[in-house]
Amino acid sequence: MIRVQGLHKRFGPQPVLRGLDLDIATGEIMVIIGRSGGGKSVLLKHLIGLLRPDAGHVFVDATEITRLRGRELDRVRERYGVVFQGGALFDSMSVFDNVAFPLREKSRLGAAEIRGRVDEKLDQVGLAGMGHKNPAEISGGMRKRVAIARALVTEPEIVFFDEPTTGLDPILVNTIHHLIVELHRKFHFTAVMVSHEIPEIFEIADRVAVLHDGVIAEVGPPDAVRASTNPVVQHFIRGEVEAVPAEPRR
Amino acid sequence: MFSSPTREMWPAPLRPVAALGRLSLEVVESLGRFGLFFMQAVGYTVTPPFKLGRLIDRINFIGFRSLTIVVLTGAFTGMVLGLQIFLTLSRFGSEAYLGPAVALSLIRELGPVLCAVFVTGLAGSALTAEIGIMKITEQIDALQVMALNPMRYLVVPALVAGLIAFPLMVSIFDVVGIFGGYLVGVELLGLSPGTYFGEMKTFVDWSDLMTGYWKALSFGLIVPWVCTYKGFHCGHGAEGVARATTQAVVLSSVLILVWDYFLGSVLP
Repeated sequence: MIRVQGLHKRFGPQPVLRGLDLDIATGEIMVIIGRSGGGKSVLLKHLIGLLRPDAGHVFVDATEITRLRGRELDRVRERYGVVFQGGALFDSMSVFDNVAFPLREKSRLGAAEIRGRVDEKLDQVGLAGMGHKNPAEISGGMRKRVAIARALVTEPEIVFFDEPTTGLDPILVNTIHHLIVELHRKFHFTAVMVSHEIPEIFEIADRVAVLHDGVIAEVGPPDAVRASTNPVVQHFIRGEVEAVPAEPRR
Repeated sequence: MFSSPTREMWPAPLRPVAALGRLSLEVVESLGRFGLFFMQAVGYTVTPPFKLGRLIDRINFIGFRSLTIVVLTGAFTGMVLGLQIFLTLSRFGSEAYLGPAVALSLIRELGPVLCAVFVTGLAGSALTAEIGIMKITEQIDALQVMALNPMRYLVVPALVAGLIAFPLMVSIFDVVGIFGGYLVGVELLGLSPGTYFGEMKTFVDWSDLMTGYWKALSFGLIVPWVCTYKGFHCGHGAEGVARATTQAVVLSSVLILVWDYFLGSVLP
């Protein structure tokens, strides 16, 4: 379980998170939605230990991670898989080497075993036989799928998705969402996803959290969030321009 | 929480003083960051795990890929030296000293300095751009969340590769330069080969070679240090990477010249 308590973060004079609280249950798909620049990616970076808060706590099970450093933080991160917004694939490596990289660096598996695991993951994301290609030679949708394969190859307990469908066409958006749901059913990881894709994410989320003005304005099952009487939530879901302006993104 | 006073809070006459203070603090802070970055890298260099594969890749990146430019510039530097020094010495009837003059200029000064400046332009700028692009495309974040230390993976191999590759490249530059001087002085201008190499043997001693190698070693540390630091601390987007690359080349070149003067005055 991940518990966020009273998280505050500002960049210069600009407050981005203002005492945010959120609980993410083990094994669920939690989707965090909110306006661009509203602090979703900043929240995600706190969850994975890339940013330290000005105040507040992030607990992963019983471990408070915001003050951890070095090997202690690495031990928590070894339970993570992260799919970055742009994929963050290593340009200098082939697709196969990108997916194999975490295993080569962090596991004691032999070459044959690594090859088996990587081929299996590429197959699961629909990229069998594409391992020899370079990231520059494949499409945006394929890059996202490679990033998902790389995040899952170490069989993590918690997988973070930072806007995994940004910039993709509606068919690819659905393909990636179905892939995530399918992999979640198979491997039972906890999924934390930051997304803009409304209404699509209501079909895949176990719970949805609406981030607004640095705090969680609403959290609950998709139907409850859709039925919320909170005007901020309704404005956002319907895409109405009257919504209160969010803080600019870092 | 403490926050520093904003520009508007100062009375008008004090604002230039406040601006100077802010600038001084920024300079001290960035120098501190620069120094800490180096100390961290040194710490990771002497503690396992060691990334041997990355080290070989970086030696290839910094050293082997720069060989063409090192050979080319070394040859022409030696040829220019051969021509100009021959013309100067012939005014005094001292052409016999062409060999040692070319060799000493190359071994003590021009070899390490020119080689370092050219390698900065070629491999150093590429190093900054590569790390800068990795930063803005979240590849460095990806390394971190895979529980891998980006310093160990990106900085340490470059520093060690610089220490290995720079003395080798400077040696090649010196040898090619001396043969460039030979081509002009002996083959074109008619000096005897025995005089060219014989006088060189008499006047160039081990301390001259060591001066060159100490410079090469220190430049081998300065260039990767500056270039990886600038890559790690580049700004946002393509503009940030471009600015970091320019700053890396300029700062490396300036530090090379400053450090060259310093070493030149303390070494025998």
